Amino acid sequence: MDSALIPDGVKRCSFGKFALGIIIAGGVLLWGVYAMLLIWLKGLNQTNMNDYYGFALWIWADLGVIALGGGAFFIGLLRYVIGKDELKNIINYAVLIGFICYSSALLILAIDVGQPLRSWFIFWHANIHSMLTEVAFCLSCYFAVLTIEYIPLILENRQINKVPFFHNLAHNMHEVMVIFAATGAFLSFFHQGSLGGTPAVLYGRPFAFREGVFIWPWTFFLFTWSAAAYGPCFTLFVTRLTEKITGKKLVKQNVIDLLAKISGWMMGTYIIAKIIDTWYWATVTATASGFNLIDFYSNNPFYGIWILIAEIVVCGIVPALILLTPKGRSNSTLLFTAVLLACIGVLLNRWVMVLQVMAAPVMTFENWVMYIPSWQEVATTILPVAYGVILVMISFRYLPIFPQERELNS
Amino acid sequence: MKEEGKHKKAKKYGMVINLDECTGCGACMVACMAENNVPFKEDESNKLDSIAWMRVYKLTNGKSYPEADICYLPRPCMHCEGEHGHSPCVSVCPATATDYNHETGIVSQIYTRCFGCRYCMAACPYHARYFNWWDPVWPEGSTKYLSPNVSPRMRGVVEKCSFCFHRYQLAMDKAFLEGRTVLEEDEYQTSCTQACPAGAITFGDLNNPEHKVHQLAKPDNKHGGRPGNPNVFRLLERLGTNPKVYYMSSREWVRQAGDNYLDNEDFAKNYRH
Amino acid sequence: MFPFSFEWIWDVGHMVFMGGLWYALTILGLGMTYCILKAVVDTMHGKGGQHH
Repeated sequence: MDSALIPDGVKRCSFGKFALGIIIAGGVLLWGVYAMLLIWLKGLNQTNMNDYYGFALWIWADLGVIALGGGAFFIGLLRYVIGKDELKNIINYAVLIGFICYSSALLILAIDVGQPLRSWFIFWHANIHSMLTEVAFCLSCYFAVLTIEYIPLILENRQINKVPFFHNLAHNMHEVMVIFAATGAFLSFFHQGSLGGTPAVLYGRPFAFREGVFIWPWTFFLFTWSAAAYGPCFTLFVTRLTEKITGKKLVKQNVIDLLAKISGWMMGTYIIAKIIDTWYWATVTATASGFNLIDFYSNNPFYGIWILIAEIVVCGIVPALILLTPKGRSNSTLLFTAVLLACIGVLLNRWVMVLQVMAAPVMTFENWVMYIPSWQEVATTILPVAYGVILVMISFRYLPIFPQERELNS
Repeated sequence: MKEEGKHKKAKKYGMVINLDECTGCGACMVACMAENNVPFKEDESNKLDSIAWMRVYKLTNGKSYPEADICYLPRPCMHCEGEHGHSPCVSVCPATATDYNHETGIVSQIYTRCFGCRYCMAACPYHARYFNWWDPVWPEGSTKYLSPNVSPRMRGVVEKCSFCFHRYQLAMDKAFLEGRTVLEEDEYQTSCTQACPAGAITFGDLNNPEHKVHQLAKPDNKHGGRPGNPNVFRLLERLGTNPKVYYMSSREWVRQAGDNYLDNEDFAKNYRH
Repeated sequence: MFPFSFEWIWDVGHMVFMGGLWYALTILGLGMTYCILKAVVDTMHGKGGQHH
């Protein structure tokens, strides 16, 4: 039915099967859209946020998807600027995943603010001292970069590419992609960093507050570093997932191996830096405010010391070690476990830096406050996942995402 | 001559709340809500999402009879100065919707500019900032009793205590018409101060040695406004928020409850820095 | 955001921060303009037929 649109020389499932998948994901998407409309029409009283939880599930989701989408900028940097040519075989997918992650982040932010129609104030009345301003600027600019990187992929659809103008445009965009990729890396460095700075500049919140250099707290660098380390893991994770679902080999092992190895090194070094940061914070920064490390991990039903161990050891050191050893990388199950653990690790880090910051009491006569999101919050957080699945399905079916697919499945 | 000298110096409005006198009656909360058109819900039982610019906390010393003791602690916005006006909330607002006024030391909130990101709420360790989760609904007829000097807020924005800034503006207008540039101490007082039946709240210019707040707190401006009176303390002094609300109590456990201390720290030693 | 906004100050912070924003926007804008214009010229020269 739609065979004329499918790239040359590759096999895709029947249109019926494809349509069924779209309908299922579309149903979930509609559920999310319904919740989104409820929130826009009735206000944020539809959530379980409160005056103690001004930041909650959505901000975590934002930080999470931006970290996971970090694969796009880092692989782009490695491919176009540093010149790791093999990565051209995975960059398209990284761009697509990045595009989904960043558009999701922007959508969630639009739902999250109390007065969405005033969102442009962040640009118009920008406070240059606020980390969020920097986030908003770089996020929107970088989303523009991702759109620019995604456009040539769309233009390479078999039918669209037949139009000479589109063909030429795609070609020209590829030619200057290094400039866009470098700009994207520059922007990413700052917005990933600013997201790290967002909790860390809160000097009224000893759990979040970090010292740093010049105007940047240490987490500024840790967030950028972790996005570069963990983002490619999410690209690898989704690639492997796509391979399993489609039953096709899509990317050659040497490409996976190279990216996993780079990720392993980034993660290993990041974890060392993270341990130093945690140690310094626990022994110097927090104690100066009258807090012991254990104060942040006790007297509440959820946030125990386990969360720190899970983040640093189980989802940090372990996947880094797997990815750093050739055996770990070549073993499919081990590799899959490592990238999955890594994704959980970075999500856990973002959770802690948002939710635990809100939960921990600062005044001595207050207690921990727990929070469970409302269904509207959950639905609007799942919405981007459904949207992502749909965009991946459409892109995979109609666009030449994986240059090695034809060769690997001939 | 003296008047001119005073005029040149920036004012720093602040409070001293005597916790030994506070009975926890809540008159300050009620007065504040009425004065500032603070919206309320039909069911106010969930304190996590209801608005109280002035909130009275109940503290206990955790001991049993006969040593059991309680203390009520009214908490308005602390109007933190931080370092040079770099207060925790002002510095983070992405849209410049909250501002530190260097002339008065008051932290403002511009409701029509706030777009409700709530970063300032995350920044404030005192939970002095509140979000309008709902549209304000006033019972029929009660809109006639709203204060015309304070704009009601809309859904989706953050609000907080303004030290009744409209009263400052009115007092300044009056002074201007009378050809003065300096306010007398009693010309500008917050509604909570006036409402307190025990007289536990004192309000005035912390920079003015003639004002009672200055005499009570004895703020040391060279050291971030730290109180010179040994019975006076500020909430979370160690964080460096440099608040302009001072508390006074002769009870050590109350003063100790104002901040966090490590187990091995000697409170008396640390308190005096 | 713009020098004519009333909160604009000509200080180092504004110049570096806003300079960064405008720098990025200029690169993206010019880059895309170049790509589109060149594609128009290329198409007019008959490039980009059926195969590439």
